Amino acid sequence: MKVKAQISMVLNLDKCIGCHTCSVTCKQTWTNRPGAEYMWFNNVETRPGVGYPKKWEDESHYKGGWKLNRKGKLELRAGNKLNKVALAKIFYNPDMPNLDDYYEPWTYDYQTLFGKERKHQPVARAKSQITGEYMKLNNGPNWDDDLAGSDRSFGEDPNMQNIEADIKGNFEKTFMMYLPRLCEHCLNAACVASCPSGAMYKRDEDGIVLVDQERCRGWRFCMTGCPYKKVYFNWKTNKAEKCTFCYPRIEEGLPTVCSETCVGRIRYIGVILYDADRVAEACEEPDDTKLYERQLDLFLDPNDPEVIAQAQADGVDMETIRCAQKSPIYKMAVEQKIAFPLHPEYRTMPMVWYVPPLSPIMNYFEGKNSIKYPEMIFPAINEMRIPVEYLANLLTGGNTEVIKNALYKLAMMRLYMRARTSGKDFDPEKLDRVGLTEKSATSLYRLLAIAKYDDRFVIPKAKKEKVEHVEEEQGGLGYEACNGCSLAPVHGSVLRKAKAGESGKDAYAESFYGGIWRD
Amino acid sequence: MKDALDIFLWVIFPYLALGSFIFGTIGRFAIFHAGVTAESSELLEKKQLMIGSILFHIGIIFVFAGHVVGVLIPKAFTDWLGIPNEIYHIGALVMGGIAGFMALAGMMILSYRRFTNKRVFKTSSFSDLMVNVSFLIIIVLGLSASFIDGAILHPEFNYRLNLSVWARQIFVFHPDYHLMLQVPIIFKIHVICGFLIFAFFPYTRLVHALTLPWQYIFRRPIVYRKRPRV
Repeated sequence: MKVKAQISMVLNLDKCIGCHTCSVTCKQTWTNRPGAEYMWFNNVETRPGVGYPKKWEDESHYKGGWKLNRKGKLELRAGNKLNKVALAKIFYNPDMPNLDDYYEPWTYDYQTLFGKERKHQPVARAKSQITGEYMKLNNGPNWDDDLAGSDRSFGEDPNMQNIEADIKGNFEKTFMMYLPRLCEHCLNAACVASCPSGAMYKRDEDGIVLVDQERCRGWRFCMTGCPYKKVYFNWKTNKAEKCTFCYPRIEEGLPTVCSETCVGRIRYIGVILYDADRVAEACEEPDDTKLYERQLDLFLDPNDPEVIAQAQADGVDMETIRCAQKSPIYKMAVEQKIAFPLHPEYRTMPMVWYVPPLSPIMNYFEGKNSIKYPEMIFPAINEMRIPVEYLANLLTGGNTEVIKNALYKLAMMRLYMRARTSGKDFDPEKLDRVGLTEKSATSLYRLLAIAKYDDRFVIPKAKKEKVEHVEEEQGGLGYEACNGCSLAPVHGSVLRKAKAGESGKDAYAESFYGGIWRD
Repeated sequence: MKDALDIFLWVIFPYLALGSFIFGTIGRFAIFHAGVTAESSELLEKKQLMIGSILFHIGIIFVFAGHVVGVLIPKAFTDWLGIPNEIYHIGALVMGGIAGFMALAGMMILSYRRFTNKRVFKTSSFSDLMVNVSFLIIIVLGLSASFIDGAILHPEFNYRLNLSVWARQIFVFHPDYHLMLQVPIIFKIHVICGFLIFAFFPYTRLVHALTLPWQYIFRRPIVYRKRPRV
């Protein structure tokens, strides 16, 4: 057992209203620069829908993530290392998305709105931010916002493929939900494994996946490798960029900008301890529908003395362990099993999880007699407006049972709280049937509905004072085009070690090591 | 005075160019290494790039290998192996010709793309445009030197007896410029252009040729990085 800590997020889709505040604040913070206009480290998709970039879930087209090869071993879907060299893919990456799969960024010709009075009302026309020329808009971020149910969104959503034909395009049965997406900071990140330069890495202390802007040589395999299409290519600096999980904030114990500003308070951040030695084995589970459970199985109980001892031996500091014990993520994912990973079938072990949304079945649990007959929710979940199959395609690789159990639990918790606040009788044994007690139902209600800041965000502070080298950090490279900037702290320390007479091999072993994959 | 120009072109200039190449490359990787990328524009345009880039890169790799063989391997060695001069030259012309025309076709597509695709053109720097144009020029010069100047106009000319000897002498710091005087003019211009490209190589996107990610072949798939303790 090798214990590692991973910072992760859960989004409660039941409460997402699709306001895009997370996307906008993220953009203002990270990607409002030339070359990064089309990058949305965080975006909110209307589901069913085509998503961003267009049809990103169609891996037969984009070739993202991992697959099992004939021997049952993991292999990048875009091709293994040899394949990249032998087929001249380093000269041309056939599977890379094109700007038109996203959209050509534009601004408006605002100047025409000012100036002398004219005969005709002036109109600000769209101007490309790349070519500077007037352009016709035919695609953009959230182009199909709130349009779920149209032929286009039903037809082009890969998750709809396995759903019975009668739901497709049947307008009375149309349904809609929001799916906010960011980098998944996967345990088995395909982007990291795709990077020829070794510029992408997972941070040892919290598992955040970052692109080293100094080492990135712009080969673009990360874009293809990431099945969630959350690594972008800056056309100005010619380097890859991605969600940083707001690591400067996380290091200070603050939540990410998207989470901090979420008006629905749907986002939770916490630490999870997992067994790094078993990740490869779990990823090689042949059955797609079991991948969710295999991933769940990797998470370790932070209160188990054996786990704590091993975590300390593996260099996880005490504050992180304490935060893992209070982690809302552990509570939702492991204890209550109401949160699920996004597309576990990509085999990347994503670490941003989702609580599936309940959708209109009002009559069953808010209508007449609903509190009296709470067991009515069991058949009712199958009648939900959003088909359970759709949620299962999205969140569990097709395993509908676990989704149903989570929805029963959420619905039963609501009934219980409704009975309590309205002073009605409620048979606590009903809670038992979904694995809740009065105490755990109340605590789940507090976590999900009240969602206090301190309950949502339990983030250990980085012990930066122990590792920071202030002089080297100063002026360190951000996302600017860099021509001769100070050496990044990591490289600086390697150079210092080399000066002190340490061999290159030792310095390498200390600075870079593969925690998961043993060749 | 005629000698002065020849001495400059065939003794001084090659060293200036190689000096620029060597010290420029060291400087680029030691100080400005963060800017070393392939400067891909695949995001902006994909279809023309596919044909152009693959043709050009494969062509130019074989062309480069051919130059290394032609310049570095003395005629005496192939004579010793028993390869007749005619066979050697026909072989060189055929293989070099295929690779050269691949590179030319590729570069023509790439240059057409760079100058006509608005997205690509507007995001190109002067150096990007210069690289395209200079490669077009040098490939055309190289092909016409081999096929017109060498094969048709001066069939008696054998570059392995003078040009290659001179080129090898550069590496031992003893170039004899007299050897270059008998070389046909297109060969001469081709050589000068070649040194010019080496001279500006480190300051342009061309440096990406030196950053091939060999370590990827041996690396573990998932990279973890630890903050070093101070």
